[in-house]
Amino acid sequence: MKKFGNFNIFALVVGFSFLYIPIILLILFSFNESRLVTVWGGFSTKWYVELMHNQGIKDAAWVTIKVAFISSTVATALGTIAGLVMTRFGNFRGRTLFSGMIYAPMVMPEVIIGLSILLMFVALSINRGVFTITLAHITFSMCYVAVVIQSRMSSYDDSINEAALDLGCTPFHTFRLITLPIIMPAVVSGWLLSFTLSLDDLVIASFASGPGSTTLPMKIYSMVRLGVTPEINAVSTILVGLVTLGVIAASIIGRRQKNTN
Amino acid sequence: MNRKEIQIPNFLKKAFSGRNAVISIPYIWLLLLFLLPFIFVLKISLAEPILAIPPYTSFFKWGESWLPTIQGSLDSYLFLFSDSLYINAYLSSLKIAIISTILTLIIGYAIAYSVAKAPTRWRGILLMLVILPFWTSFLIRVYAWIGILKTEGLLNLALISIGIIDKPLTIMNTDLAVYIGIVYSYLPFMILPLYANLEKMDMSLLEAAADLGCRPFKTFWTVTIPLSLPGILAGCFLVFIPVMGEFVIPDLLGGTNTLMIGKVLWTEFFYNRDWPVASAVAIILLALLVVPIMLYQRAQEKAIS
Repeated sequence: MKKFGNFNIFALVVGFSFLYIPIILLILFSFNESRLVTVWGGFSTKWYVELMHNQGIKDAAWVTIKVAFISSTVATALGTIAGLVMTRFGNFRGRTLFSGMIYAPMVMPEVIIGLSILLMFVALSINRGVFTITLAHITFSMCYVAVVIQSRMSSYDDSINEAALDLGCTPFHTFRLITLPIIMPAVVSGWLLSFTLSLDDLVIASFASGPGSTTLPMKIYSMVRLGVTPEINAVSTILVGLVTLGVIAASIIGRRQKNTN
Repeated sequence: MNRKEIQIPNFLKKAFSGRNAVISIPYIWLLLLFLLPFIFVLKISLAEPILAIPPYTSFFKWGESWLPTIQGSLDSYLFLFSDSLYINAYLSSLKIAIISTILTLIIGYAIAYSVAKAPTRWRGILLMLVILPFWTSFLIRVYAWIGILKTEGLLNLALISIGIIDKPLTIMNTDLAVYIGIVYSYLPFMILPLYANLEKMDMSLLEAAADLGCRPFKTFWTVTIPLSLPGILAGCFLVFIPVMGEFVIPDLLGGTNTLMIGKVLWTEFFYNRDWPVASAVAIILLALLVVPIMLYQRAQEKAIS
């Protein structure tokens, strides 16, 4: 096979430039003195200061963090169980439907998921708000967690579990004392993934929310519709920074796990 | 007191076993919050819009007898087929989804292939560079392009200052901007499955082809591509299916002529408040996507097991 050549270097340089230049420009212009996003007027952090005084954004950020924290925690618990059911429970009745309900939300257009869950809440007269957004986020995030756990379990050594069971450990204790500690890095990355999915979601939250429950993406979306401003760049930069820290943390946890194995 | 053993029938014992209890927790959650809502969409798609809260007629009518009569109408569906706007929106979504899937595949393949071929010590960091935008907010990544593609945006400024063009290009609010936005946003979804597949590829097969005198391009075409087919399929499904219903990208980057069904659904629901028509739009979109979703599910199950 041909070695890593010029074509590969070209593809990587062009590809990664394409992926990163827009984000880098976005971050750069959040420090722009000028109100015009495309004209550089000198370095300034005034948009971040302005952000701190924007009550609407602060409220939306608080709603978003609450929803993301609760939904990712519940989704991780449910998704971990679902991932184990998919890999360790063999063939049970309704398995195909179950795996369909795990995979479909990952690709299904968000407008369909959002509309359907909203219509159910309305038909059952459930008041829309933070609670309904959280329920909707749990539902789609748990599928991602299930898939993360499932792929971790495909390389899991079953003989340890068998040994524990042979020595008289109950299935629940085997899970808690053996399986869970081993798959913990996958559980943590599942949690981080759910957290960012919830943090990023605009479409489903727009359907599931009610008056007084505006999430940060909904707030950003309404600001974007009015025009490009350095303030949006500033709030985006903070979000991108948080996600970057999360991804680096997750990869360090993953690497540590690999080294101990 | 005389303790009597209560006989529990076998089927009940089986139904309430710990195993089934564990299965039922996520199962019931998904049934109630993912599957059941579609019944309501179907029901409301058969209702008629009225000015009320909620803005549709009820499906069951409770009359004198204790069985309700069913009140459904196919008006919303007939309306969708009578107005060419909706059919055009489905066709245009299909066209945009197919073209952008192909574009994403070509670009994604070049990147995934190069990452898989890169020296081992680079691969970890390169892969993380692919994953990072995947985790970053969709909305923010689409927004980032507005400042670049605008008429007075950064791309035009750069091109004019270099001297390639003298009049700014109109890219923003056109289909081209939508394609750029889709390829950009969905690229990581294509690269990740392709890379997972290419990384595991048995290099000795490629060496064998080369030893037997096969040219590099032919080896790529007849050995590498067929071997990476599962990754290609997974990546294409991950791009094609959600793009069919995409809303944010055509809304923010597209123009008034950019017709996509996700945007039509959003407009019907939030601006026209015609919930039955929005539901009918969703049901037909779902019907179009059921087969691709099932194929994707089968491909995924095969890949993991």
